[in-house]
Amino acid sequence: MSVNLHTERADPAPPPPGPGRHHSRSSRRFWSQMDLKATPYFLISPYFILFAIFGLFPLVFTLWVSLQDYGLAGGDASFTGLKNYTKLLADADFWNAVINTVGIFALATVPQLFLALMLANALNKRLRGRLFFRLGVLLPLVTSVVAVAIVFTQLYGRDFGLFNWLLGFLGVDHHIDWQSAKWSSWTAIASMVDWRWTGYNAIIYLAGMQTIPRDLYEAASIDGASSRRQFWSITLPMIRPTIIFTVFVSTIGGLTLFAEPVMFASNRMDGGATGQFQTIAMYIVEQGFRNFDYGYAAAAAWLLFILILLGVGINYTFVRRIGGSK
Amino acid sequence: MTAITRVRPAGRARGDGKRDPFRATPLTKIALGFTVLLSAFPIYWMIIIASRTNSDAVDVPPPLLPGGNLGENVQRVLNTEDAHFLTGLLNSLIVTSTVTVSVVIISTFAGFAFARLHFRGRNLLLGSILLTMMVPLQQMGIVPLYQLMVSLGWVGTLKAVILPYLLNGFGVFMMTQYTDQAVPEELVEAARVDGASTLRIWWNVILPAVRPGMAVLALQTFMLNWNEFMWPMIVLTPENPTVQVSISFLTAAHTTDYVLIFTGTALSVLPLIVVFVAFGRQIVGGLMEGAVKA
Repeated sequence: MSVNLHTERADPAPPPPGPGRHHSRSSRRFWSQMDLKATPYFLISPYFILFAIFGLFPLVFTLWVSLQDYGLAGGDASFTGLKNYTKLLADADFWNAVINTVGIFALATVPQLFLALMLANALNKRLRGRLFFRLGVLLPLVTSVVAVAIVFTQLYGRDFGLFNWLLGFLGVDHHIDWQSAKWSSWTAIASMVDWRWTGYNAIIYLAGMQTIPRDLYEAASIDGASSRRQFWSITLPMIRPTIIFTVFVSTIGGLTLFAEPVMFASNRMDGGATGQFQTIAMYIVEQGFRNFDYGYAAAAAWLLFILILLGVGINYTFVRRIGGSK
Repeated sequence: MTAITRVRPAGRARGDGKRDPFRATPLTKIALGFTVLLSAFPIYWMIIIASRTNSDAVDVPPPLLPGGNLGENVQRVLNTEDAHFLTGLLNSLIVTSTVTVSVVIISTFAGFAFARLHFRGRNLLLGSILLTMMVPLQQMGIVPLYQLMVSLGWVGTLKAVILPYLLNGFGVFMMTQYTDQAVPEELVEAARVDGASTLRIWWNVILPAVRPGMAVLALQTFMLNWNEFMWPMIVLTPENPTVQVSISFLTAAHTTDYVLIFTGTALSVLPLIVVFVAFGRQIVGGLMEGAVKA
């Protein structure tokens, strides 16, 4: 490029500068200006165009759909205002799904993040074969959610399941029909979620822990702080941002739980005979794509969104206090 | 101070085990070993059942070693016509590779723009991406998305499960972070002074530098998209499924044929296992790097 410029300047007898030549130089400047100004937008445009079509449009249009009545067989829509919402808020099945979702979420997330912290703390020690242990706890990630649910559903089988056999071996009641009751089905589903995600969260926490300067611990040791004390007073407050991140992710994931309970119900949307483990996501699919009541499903989707915002907000204020607010 | 810190590791902290908070006690090692076993067991169990017969699967006590029926079981899955398993596997490979390639390219483009170019509205646009990462778009917009696919005539086609996944806010965010850290500002400026156009800079300066980040993003996108279940289940037909949809039909139609279901399940996670074995180190590294930045 610079070579080019040089020859131009060194040109001994320049032919009369025709308009074409001037034009090409100024047009080059024009294009380089255009390049500076416009190319950034060109580079981000694929994302935003796709987002507008497949992200923003459905999101906004859900609001419109939720104000429509689609009749019985998914026929013509007619505007009904907020009727879908008032109907939903009085719908016992919807509230049942809300309670199930929140219940399974709490049952899965609290022990999961707690265990992940313990696990990360252990992984943060000086160990031989560090990579082996890290890969080991991440192993569940190589399965798909559907695969986990299928394997665990079989393990929780009433007659031939390994868990019931194990319980019998230990001398406890061993004919539990895990699907039949709320407590047992919630426990089973929560265990699937925990099995798959505890190691993942532990690795994320471990990454946070490794950024903590080690002198902090040395100083605390000199002051005679026990390792438990060090964990609560140094580790936890220092990785608070990481904890908040995992709480966000688990809240969104937990409140939109779908594949595990669906497979636990043998690929049905009802979540058991009395809907004992039907989650909101299952309820939305049941209303929208089994009963073809699009308006009702869309309204439920918006209520789910509000629930997620609430959940994230509550959990955030709660987690912010971790490790004392010193 | 330096004297103290230099003495301590050699002297008390490392020498006297009780004082060193980073020493792994036997209890720690046992707990970790137990966790790894617990993590591996369901996968091992899947292999046991997939390589045995249905009468073994309901044996008491349960079998704890793999059997010799794997090949025959795989044949049975492939011959189960109502599951369309092979179609599903192939479809998933097509969908997931397409999504992975385009997410990585789109994110690398946008990441470059957000990290190293100056334009009006940059922070606002990046902020809007971060905000939408919090919204579960798939669940929220599922009804209009379906109606959109109906009106485009795409229901039952792979286009319907590819296009909505091409945008990934997380990918853009990650590549923005990565570019910001991997490419010095001066390098871009120098290329600019030499007269390189923005696209040329992307090709010659950015791309070589952010390749490791692209690899991590590709791995994560692949694993995430392979898992996708809700939307494909709604928009695809049983005749033309993805692998997850196929095994869910298999489960529903052959409830007590554990061997068949487990063999299908094992085959469905095979590509993920291959990816994990080949790139496990990068996956751990990528997760940990991403976590610190987020």
